[in-house]
Amino acid sequence: MLNPMNLGRRRLLAASGTATLSAAAATLLAGCAPGMAVAKPSETSKDVDILNVALSLEHEAINAYQLGAQSGLLQKPVLDVAVLFQSHHKGHRDALIATIEKLGGRPVAEKSVAEYAKDLRAQMLKSQADVLDLATRLELGAANAYLGVIPSFRDANLAKVAARLAADESMHWTTLTGGLGRRLPSAALSFGA
Amino acid sequence: MKPLVHLIALSAAALAAAPSVAAAADTERGRALYESRCVGCHSLDGNRAGPSHRGVFGRMAGTVPGYAYSPALRNARLVWDRASLDRWLASPEELLPGQRMNFSVSDPQERADLIAYLRAAR
Repeated sequence: MLNPMNLGRRRLLAASGTATLSAAAATLLAGCAPGMAVAKPSETSKDVDILNVALSLEHEAINAYQLGAQSGLLQKPVLDVAVLFQSHHKGHRDALIATIEKLGGRPVAEKSVAEYAKDLRAQMLKSQADVLDLATRLELGAANAYLGVIPSFRDANLAKVAARLAADESMHWTTLTGGLGRRLPSAALSFGA
Repeated sequence: MKPLVHLIALSAAALAAAPSVAAAADTERGRALYESRCVGCHSLDGNRAGPSHRGVFGRMAGTVPGYAYSPALRNARLVWDRASLDRWLASPEELLPGQRMNFSVSDPQERADLIAYLRAAR
């Protein structure tokens, strides 16, 4: 189970987190500007492709937490943490959409929540632990996906954005892993490869 | 003589079994790698950011129903086997320029383990 003492602090974070999302998105975008000015069109297109894959992960994460929140399986204060993490993913989504559009790309569309439920096999979720297990798997996968694409970015500023996204996902993974009572990795450099 | 014959037979059986034991271990490492590296975008049974993987071994590239592939994958005319998957995982862009995965696995042993897992996922 998640530690209620820690969750009390996270509730406070939840209250402030939503308000800072727009500022966070703006910061990400501001960081992209210098590299965008020098990128060649083909290089920009490649970066947009990578950002759109990232955006599809964020759409999925938002809907995964939505499915969890609506399932009735999450109890407070775990529910509050799920809502907080969902708000982080909404911040990522907003930043990615703005960046893709600024680069002249077309952001990939969000699917319906029913489609995400099918793809994620949400019908198999029967308990709070099931929901947290799914979220843990998605957060680890997302962290490693962001770390894995860093070398592919033509624009170093976008690589930095991917690293910041990975840091958020690893924060989520670490919290969820503790909440499930699982041990942290014993070896160093457990993320990415 | 009879015990010796039995011993030889047992040794031969053990040797014959050795490759399958090693393959099983690779598959398990591949499963763990898949969970940590691939699950962000893929699953065995659903199209997500990437296409579903069950049955990928032996399948023509770019043919999972319902997944919107890049033109590079759609027109690849490539069958996913051990060699093509290894080249893909090592450097997707080198194998199929214009593809959209942009994620690679640099370690040959890890690629072999992942391919063993994908081959077993039928």
